[in-house]
Amino acid sequence: MTDHKPHRGPTRRTVLKGGVAAGAAPLAFQAAQAQDAPAAPNVQKRDVTLTVNGQDRALNIDTRASLLDTLRNDLELTGSKKGCDHGQCGACTVHVNGERVLSCLTLAATVEGKAITTIEGLADGDDALHPMQQAFVDNDAFQCGYCTPGQIMSAIACVREGHADTDAEIREYMSGNLCRCAAYPNIVAAVKQAAPKVGRA
Amino acid sequence: MADNSKAAPAPKENMGQPIARYEARQKVMGGKIYSSDLPVPGKKAYAWMVTSTIAKGRVTGIDETAAKAVPGVLMIMTHKNRPALGDIASFLKGGMFVTDNNTLSGPTIEHEGQPVAMVVAETFEGAREAAHKLKVGYAAESPSATFESPGVTTRPMGEINPRYKPVKFKDAAAALAGSAHRVDAEYSTPIQHHNSMELYSTTAYWDDGKLVLHEPSQFVWGLRKGAAAQMKMDEDNVRVKSPFVGGAFGGKGAITVRTALAALAARQLKRPVELVATRAQGFTISGNRQETQHKISLGCDAQGKLTGYDHSMWEFTSRVTPYNNGGLDNCAAMYDFGAVSGQNYIVQGDRNVPNFMRSPAEVPNIYALESAMNELAAAANIDPVAFRKMNDTRVNVTNGAPYTSRSVNACWDAAAASFGWDKRNPEPGSMRDGDWLIGWGCAMATYPTQMAPSAAKIVLRKNGTALIEVAAHDVGTGCYTIAAQAAGERLGIDPSRITVQMGDSRLPPGPISGGSISTASVTSAICDGCDRLLTSLGLTADDAKASDSADRLAAALARSGRPVAEATGAWAPIGAPDDAIDRLYDGGLVFVGGAGEKRTMFAFGAEMVEVRINARTREIRVPRMVGAFAAGRIMNPRTAHSQYMGGMIWGMASALLEATEIDHKRARYTNDNIAEYHLAVNADIPDVDVIMVPEVDDEINILGVKGIGELSNVGTAAAITDAVWHATGKRVRDLPVTIDKII
Ligand code: FES
Ligand code: FES
Repeated sequence: MTDHKPHRGPTRRTVLKGGVAAGAAPLAFQAAQAQDAPAAPNVQKRDVTLTVNGQDRALNIDTRASLLDTLRNDLELTGSKKGCDHGQCGACTVHVNGERVLSCLTLAATVEGKAITTIEGLADGDDALHPMQQAFVDNDAFQCGYCTPGQIMSAIACVREGHADTDAEIREYMSGNLCRCAAYPNIVAAVKQAAPKVGRA
Repeated sequence: MADNSKAAPAPKENMGQPIARYEARQKVMGGKIYSSDLPVPGKKAYAWMVTSTIAKGRVTGIDETAAKAVPGVLMIMTHKNRPALGDIASFLKGGMFVTDNNTLSGPTIEHEGQPVAMVVAETFEGAREAAHKLKVGYAAESPSATFESPGVTTRPMGEINPRYKPVKFKDAAAALAGSAHRVDAEYSTPIQHHNSMELYSTTAYWDDGKLVLHEPSQFVWGLRKGAAAQMKMDEDNVRVKSPFVGGAFGGKGAITVRTALAALAARQLKRPVELVATRAQGFTISGNRQETQHKISLGCDAQGKLTGYDHSMWEFTSRVTPYNNGGLDNCAAMYDFGAVSGQNYIVQGDRNVPNFMRSPAEVPNIYALESAMNELAAAANIDPVAFRKMNDTRVNVTNGAPYTSRSVNACWDAAAASFGWDKRNPEPGSMRDGDWLIGWGCAMATYPTQMAPSAAKIVLRKNGTALIEVAAHDVGTGCYTIAAQAAGERLGIDPSRITVQMGDSRLPPGPISGGSISTASVTSAICDGCDRLLTSLGLTADDAKASDSADRLAAALARSGRPVAEATGAWAPIGAPDDAIDRLYDGGLVFVGGAGEKRTMFAFGAEMVEVRINARTREIRVPRMVGAFAAGRIMNPRTAHSQYMGGMIWGMASALLEATEIDHKRARYTNDNIAEYHLAVNADIPDVDVIMVPEVDDEINILGVKGIGELSNVGTAAAITDAVWHATGKRVRDLPVTIDKII
């Protein structure tokens, strides 16, 4: 019976087989991890003062440190999340001078003197949620919540940018923020609910 | 007040209130609720795994010179200097681990992405740099990558699983030979990965000889037990904290190699160590959904009555640990098949060990069966909904065990009414709108109703508040919320006055958060605990239901003279072994449910989708999806709505977008990142209409709850491919449906 295994036509996978197999298998490829690394060996530390959620924070950081890792590891602001470290998911979205940026792709040393806002800086004290935060609660715009800080930071920027006039526009301009729980329709509803209160920049 | 009735639907019969999530404010405020957010004592060091770039062969040498020269490097661990570890075992062998191959066990490489070293440094940046400077030499052999590869081993499932029995009910071959209509088709599903947004992270520290692990987990008691055995420690000296999990979908149930690495490093360095697997490393350390192939013959008589069903299924797995899903017994229970035969095969190659992934067996198997159902309905010229209704069953025909409840026909009616199914022109290609070819398709969703033993402790305080403690898990499912609702209802307390603690191995044991068992199992244990608490206070269920329940509780507590009233509930499902509760406290796994000997327990749904395919570019859009589901008592229509909706979107993405591609020569995943592994994004997502059909089932557990976390992503793919056929006349039987397949 085992020879009844289905036989299939060409697929992306079988096409790939032909394509990649055509190349030689250089030994160097196997040491790719070693060769990918940048050449500069020395750690360079730098004193910076970051202005986060209205507070000045003096730090001595590795010049290679991302804003995301600096927030999480040095400033104990763990609301911003790491989902990829490669600019692919949006979980690390924060505001720099009011614009959304991916903090995993932003070197901390480059944002000195700029106003950084994270998810922790939105609510007015413990009681008054930002209208976008409240809208996310009202519309159950999350399940696990891991993407949520990034979604909310993106959502506020999306409205301020003037990209929240229609559902289709919201979907498009919120598509840099992945949600594996797929709360997408509820996120759109939340953005719509909060948009009039957030307003354009 | 904004209208949130879509996200938080009003309850129908046998449904609780759609209250907001217990932790909603923390989730929107960036609260420290995930394990990688939790504070640790002392300054963390950062670990980075180095993983194999070959799939088969040996590590011949590791040159540490350049890595060691990186400032701030604290340690490099390889198989040569790894301290002793206790034995581990995979789920397949009764253990808790993904694989049977212990952490850094030796130079042998069994799959791409197998950890070969760990670098720990003062900073994250330093660890990363040093890891990239570690020069690992390999002697590579030619690996077997996937189904068509030379060197794979194909075996009937029974050869690796002695308990496996092929499905056999009457003579399917004879029945098929006499069919008026029949479909003989082959289907295949791709490699897919969980890709929860939260990475696989572990932070470990030691406190006076005790190990504390901050790790996102679907089973904190299991993780504690497994990690203790691997670290050769007493279980009491290991604590796991995982208050909330940033998505899991099956990937955080079994223990990966990273846990011991972080624990060993923290022990040696005497400080906390954080190890976060990169997104790419997550593709190989924690398993995935393996690729499957199916060969199905399905026949019916001239009136459309099913006569015979034959299903062979091949699934790919690892050589070292042949994890597998099987699951054709569930397919066999779905309809009034005249005769059934089913046989599972496993195909082993040089790949990482697969793992449970949201509806592990059902997503591929039901996709294949439901696709064949659609094809046979078309061959017999019968509407696919009518075809399913005429072949509905009240029992599992293969053993005669009755369904405890089965409301699939009510789901079909609700979905069809909302979708407007009666306006479907059955002719393929007949529903065009300008440049867009419109197709409507449908399929059944189903998931076995499973349960496990659970404990839960309830504490009632004089101020009228209560506390629930259970080592259950919230992976985004709303478990804290429904725990508070269950206890609130049972005791007569408003859920807002109930505190819930979960995700900590110090709490009374709860079930693994897998197999959609949590709500049924945890609410049952909570009800048991609440009942015991009421009894201990001389109260009854009537007191809890009274409008002055709070006063009665307060008075009884005062009368008792106790500072607080507390009780621990422990519940095991019907059909569980006698020692189920003991096994629970031993960190073991007991599952009951689905297609049983005496009872057949499943939840059902009906899904309908519209696809629009551009006649010129073949771009595929899905403007709307409707799903109607019946799953016993719904504790909270808001969290349930999100689970159903998220599942349908998952199902859509699994049909159209998601595939992990593999280099056939080297057996390496080529798109191991979330830019090239296509998850659905907001712009892909249509209008999703979720309908909850009331259903009462008082045979399954205390509250009559069926699991819903994995129901709605089953069947979606078959509905999509049927809609693609309806739009274009083309049957795509190899997922995902990408543009190249419909040109
Ligand atoms: S962590 Fe920055 S985009 Fe994913
Ligand atoms: S809520 Fe879980 S990833 Fe978005």
